[in-house]
Amino acid sequence: MLGVKKGSAGKRGNNVRSDCFVEIELTKGKGIKSSLQSKVNSMYGQDINDLIITMCDFFEIKHAEILVEDNGALPFTLAARFEAAYKKLRPDDTREFLPSMNKNNYYLTQKDRMRRSRLYLPGNEPKFYTNAGLHKPDGIILDLEDSVAPSEKDSARYLVRNTLCSVDFYGAERMVRINQLPMGLNDLKFVVPHNVHVILIPKCESSITVKDVEEEINMIKAMNNISAEIYLMPIIESALGVVKSYEIASASDKVCALAVGLEDYTADLGVERTNEGRESLYARSTVVNSAKAARIQAIDTVFSDVDDMEGLRASVLEAKSLGFEGKGCIHPRQIQVVHDAFAPSVKEIEKAKKIVLAFSEAEKNGLGVVSLGSKMIDAPVVKRAQHTIELAILNCLLDKNWNK
Amino acid sequence: MKLIKNAAGRLVPSIISNQKQIPFKGVDKFKSKKRIIYTPIKTCAEYPADGNKVIKNLKDALKKAGLKDGMTISTHHHLRNGDQLTNVLFDTIHSMGIKNIRWFPSASFPCHSYLIRYLRDGTIHHIEGSMNGPIGKFTSEGKMKGVGVLRSHGGRYQSIQDGEVHIDIAVIAAPTADPFGNANGVQGKSACGGLGFALADSEYADKVIVVTDNLVPFPCVPWQIQGNHVDYVVHVDFLGDPSKIVSGTTEMTKSPDRLLIAEYIAKFMDEVGIVKDGFSYQAGAGGTNLAVILFLKEIMKKKGIKARFIRGGSTKYLVELMQEGLTDYILDGQTFDLEGVRSMRDNPNHVMTSPFTSYNYHGKGNFASMVDAAILGATEVDVNFNANVVSHSDGYLLHGIGGWQNCLYSKCTIIAVPSFRDRIPVILDEVTTLCGPGELIDVIVTERGIAINPKRKDLLNAVRNSSLPIRSIKEIQKEVYEICGGVPAKPNVNKKKVVAVVKWVDGTVLDSIYKVNV
Repeated sequence: MLGVKKGSAGKRGNNVRSDCFVEIELTKGKGIKSSLQSKVNSMYGQDINDLIITMCDFFEIKHAEILVEDNGALPFTLAARFEAAYKKLRPDDTREFLPSMNKNNYYLTQKDRMRRSRLYLPGNEPKFYTNAGLHKPDGIILDLEDSVAPSEKDSARYLVRNTLCSVDFYGAERMVRINQLPMGLNDLKFVVPHNVHVILIPKCESSITVKDVEEEINMIKAMNNISAEIYLMPIIESALGVVKSYEIASASDKVCALAVGLEDYTADLGVERTNEGRESLYARSTVVNSAKAARIQAIDTVFSDVDDMEGLRASVLEAKSLGFEGKGCIHPRQIQVVHDAFAPSVKEIEKAKKIVLAFSEAEKNGLGVVSLGSKMIDAPVVKRAQHTIELAILNCLLDKNWNK
Repeated sequence: MKLIKNAAGRLVPSIISNQKQIPFKGVDKFKSKKRIIYTPIKTCAEYPADGNKVIKNLKDALKKAGLKDGMTISTHHHLRNGDQLTNVLFDTIHSMGIKNIRWFPSASFPCHSYLIRYLRDGTIHHIEGSMNGPIGKFTSEGKMKGVGVLRSHGGRYQSIQDGEVHIDIAVIAAPTADPFGNANGVQGKSACGGLGFALADSEYADKVIVVTDNLVPFPCVPWQIQGNHVDYVVHVDFLGDPSKIVSGTTEMTKSPDRLLIAEYIAKFMDEVGIVKDGFSYQAGAGGTNLAVILFLKEIMKKKGIKARFIRGGSTKYLVELMQEGLTDYILDGQTFDLEGVRSMRDNPNHVMTSPFTSYNYHGKGNFASMVDAAILGATEVDVNFNANVVSHSDGYLLHGIGGWQNCLYSKCTIIAVPSFRDRIPVILDEVTTLCGPGELIDVIVTERGIAINPKRKDLLNAVRNSSLPIRSIKEIQKEVYEICGGVPAKPNVNKKKVVAVVKWVDGTVLDSIYKVNV
């Protein structure tokens, strides 16, 4: 018998929304006694009590006092909090009480899909999850790292796992930022089996880290018979990371993008992070260069002033000019601004249209060489033009049947 | 209590507080054959010829007014959550040993939960007005002695002029007044903007007491309330807490979901052709509503057009709109922030309106039906586009109606609601309390999509090729039920015990609110 008799998880208090607090105390005899206080008692009290009984049966809890203080938590959150509280009492119990997979969550991703915006969501704050996808980011990141307090890491893993199952991401790429290794390796079994698309590796300083993550993922995939690809996005956040960036970018063919994180990087240099960003120009350019050398995407850091939309726009335009293809977002309202700023200009679209038309004309005529006016056009130029067209269509600047 | 089924299929009492009631007959179906009431003729000889009606304190004024057990006392809510006068008024009434007052406010606020003690001890018999927050909870739990009556702002004017509610004494808090009783709300330390909600009270009450904390020599200009209606004037040190009367500034919502709803609304209004030169709409002070103003502003600037008038609820955002030349007029029923008060004082195009001009259904027309679009909130809506604005899905009465019912008559009524709150679905099969019949509600906008009332084929046609997320209401409901974990259980209430009723704009009874089983 373990020493710990009481396990709890979740949040309590008057300001808590869409979350709950669960406390389980194992008792001797007396059966299950549960007490529920819920903001939605008249509407879903019965469902919540049913869930408690089902979970007790599942984990074979026979005798316990269970307290639930609920401030409108959705079922996936209630279940995650219950399981986290229980696992504090029985950490060796490997059974998992999984919510059923949302039927809309089976879609896959591609290595070179567009990643203009990725929205960070703190891994222990369920109130943000359900509507995040409505704001149409290219990717949603459930963050287990910096946004989660050390004491909440366990709870967050169950919540993130249940979120991957239950919550509709509305087509956004499904990403999780794991903790720094070695802790991050333990995060993987909570997410890999649930159709995660991209794992973000924080504070990456070596190709070994990337390979360790890849190996662990492969093991979990094999155990769970998963064939879908899971890609990696290492984040460069230190001086050493910048130096090793090419090694990291080319460590595995699963690496789809290289991101830069400037808060930690400037701290590592011992300098202030400024809006002009002169102090990080070297790091950003190096990351772009390493990413392009490895033929993957370069993704810029987040813009942290959520009220300054003009500043954000300028920052994205600058990132674009350096060669970045994506930006981190910490508020949903940043997404549209980022997309607009990454969108091609009218001039760029016109040029791209000519190139793509010339290319298809040449292809139709069986010509190996494409030319536009007096200029010869090579393959990378065509590819970039096609990318511009794709962006233009996505931003509603061009009809998708423009060439018909 | 005998309950009868009205035209909306809702059970309502046939008698409330010994007064026979007319059940709701349908939208625009009931026509009263009565005449507007008269007040007794007064002569100038009964009043001081020098115009000085000042009485030394409120207690004396109430005595002179003939305060008795069982009377109806009215107050207005322009001081909002900063109102301290109403609490002092009932302290005074209590100290005089008076019982069983019918309190008839134009609305109540959280500050008035102080009055629960007087509901408990019988000083106040019941409330006809709004029962918000703690008073709503008190009422819902069946603790109020009489049955509450909820009316819209227009319905309140209608009930007074039609004689449904006879006000014995009106106590009008006035941020500035002169000894004759002329009063306004745009000057003085307690300035709150217009005093339109006190208009009917001043016109129809037997006795009218103006209470001010800024007594100026005659004339008090402008006279939003005319001294010719006023019996007594009382000068006090303060009416309330100015910081809670108007906020320093009203703040825009930061909620991404509300902003998304606001953006959808503005784009929708543009795509269906509402946003054109000379248009009008009804604004408000809720977070989503303020955000709509900003999104509309961008569209108007881009198109180079302006509105003819915007009805408020005025705030700095509306004032800025007028200052930038994007609307000719603000027609303002109540002023929410200091900028609004300043603008109403200084700008002749920022005009005070009253429930008579804006909302009264028993008049020869009103402004509310003339606006091109109104954007309103709701606690719940249902798949038939009915909406509830007074109670929550657990059955508790927590809000008043305000001008909400009256605004439903706009040319395009848009309800802005989140599709769920925490775990509470907002689109139900049937609303808990019916406040707005679905036939008057044209569009429901949520963060998950825009549902258009199938009756509005013109709107459906206008957005046929739109990139906006136009969906059926049932489809959004289904998605939200899946998110929340199924269909919510109905509130646990005692269907035999009515604690309050909701009146329709014509004075008929639209729905009942029942005692919650605790």
